Amino acid sequence: MNRRIWAMIYRHLCLYRHSWPRMLELVYWPTLQMCIWGFTTSYLTRSDQGSGQGSLAVAGGALIAGVLLWEVTLRSQMGVAITFLEELWSRNLGHIFVSPIRPWELLAAQIAVSVMRTLFGVLPAVGLAWLLYRFDLFSIGPIVILLFINLMLMGWWVALAVVSLILRHGLGAEVLAWSVTFGLAPLSAVFYPVSVLPAWLQPVSLALPSTHVFEGMRAAMLGEIRWDHLAAAAALNALWALAAAALFAWQFRRARTSGALLNLGE
Amino acid sequence: MLAPGNAVSAENLTKRYGTLAAPITAVDDISFTIPQGGTLGLLGGNGAGKTTTISMLLGVLLPSAGRIRVLGHDMATDRFAALARMNFSSPYIALPARLTVRENLRTYGHLYGVRRLEDRILELSDQLDLHAFLDRPAGQLSAGQKTRVALAKSLVNRPDVLLLDEPTASLDPDTGDLVRTWLEQYRAESGCTLLLASHNMAEVERLCDTVLMLKQGRIVDQGAPADLVARYGRDDLEQVFLDIARNTAA
Repeated sequence: MNRRIWAMIYRHLCLYRHSWPRMLELVYWPTLQMCIWGFTTSYLTRSDQGSGQGSLAVAGGALIAGVLLWEVTLRSQMGVAITFLEELWSRNLGHIFVSPIRPWELLAAQIAVSVMRTLFGVLPAVGLAWLLYRFDLFSIGPIVILLFINLMLMGWWVALAVVSLILRHGLGAEVLAWSVTFGLAPLSAVFYPVSVLPAWLQPVSLALPSTHVFEGMRAAMLGEIRWDHLAAAAALNALWALAAAALFAWQFRRARTSGALLNLGE
Repeated sequence: MLAPGNAVSAENLTKRYGTLAAPITAVDDISFTIPQGGTLGLLGGNGAGKTTTISMLLGVLLPSAGRIRVLGHDMATDRFAALARMNFSSPYIALPARLTVRENLRTYGHLYGVRRLEDRILELSDQLDLHAFLDRPAGQLSAGQKTRVALAKSLVNRPDVLLLDEPTASLDPDTGDLVRTWLEQYRAESGCTLLLASHNMAEVERLCDTVLMLKQGRIVDQGAPADLVARYGRDDLEQVFLDIARNTAA
């Protein structure tokens, strides 16, 4: 591995090793979400058994799968954005940018840390879903891996856009690291099909890769593999990633012009 | 043309901030060179342009005009090649506080591609007396210890060009003197080129071959410390600095 990328991964591994609250935070939210929605689903399933329909049980499974997969997007986005913020909080960005690390190498390290954070946070919740509710995410089939990858990709380009805004506005934009992806959830058809949205909002929803992932997920749970949705998700991810990369390049150059790279942490 | 043999060359360097209607000129058309192995001091009051100049030399701030070459590399087009052979220390930029000193040095050692990194860390620990707190978090160190660690970080890659922004700020006289002595030794042994921005005139007089006096972004005078003192008819560089800062030069 490129040593400069490893340097930044190592720096964050050390940080987590010395900070149990950070480790706890990684697991806390996905597990909490899992429990809330899992128990809600259990309640709905019980009511459904009383009515003898069974359709709510299917919807409940989709709900839990939606919670788990949405956490992938959320955690991968926060993984990159918070890894960048850690450098601002420790006022270390100046040292990094006067070293020979290239911006893309810094981003690659942040993405690698994000993968570790996501797996560390989401896998326990996946295990808990099986233990508590007998819900096996992998029963959706191998396609779940492709859904997972697409959602991670989306998390990364959203994070790249957030980092660009932090470069532009400094710590004033810090709150975006936590809020942006939450704001995309209603548009992403995580818990309901896109057809539920008002007609005027559906094109906006369909412009997001996550919408196609969750439409594909629900189809897969009913035994149908929707390659068209997967292809749309991948294409949209590529498109949005290019746009986010252009935004980052623009804001990085702007930060070098304004001197923000040395002053952002202050 | 830039003279050969110079480790650092800045040519017509200018930095403007603000809008076209109300520009603020932080550095105004300055040119200077530092020969290989030389030590240049940047002197000036607050807002004179010292940190702006250093930031441009390090490539983290783009000049509005002018050209910088470090170790033969154009900083506008080839800065990463130069940055691998440079380093920087400033008390105003921290190292990650939760990481131990050893972990910080490992991080920067990897960033700069240092070979036999563990040996280098031990070597720096011997030279800068870091052993007692090598495995303590950087955030728990005293100001003097932090300065030594920052210095160790800035030397981890055995830089050919070292930029120091107020390296002894907030240090007690004893620790400040130790740092200055160590810098003198390092320069003598390694042939490193040094650029130093400082408000400590005695430090500049002791360490620097040449001094640039900056005021409002312009070079208002330059020369060897002893020559400047003689030219202004003063006893030391501090008096020269005050003359220039207060416009009371004879």
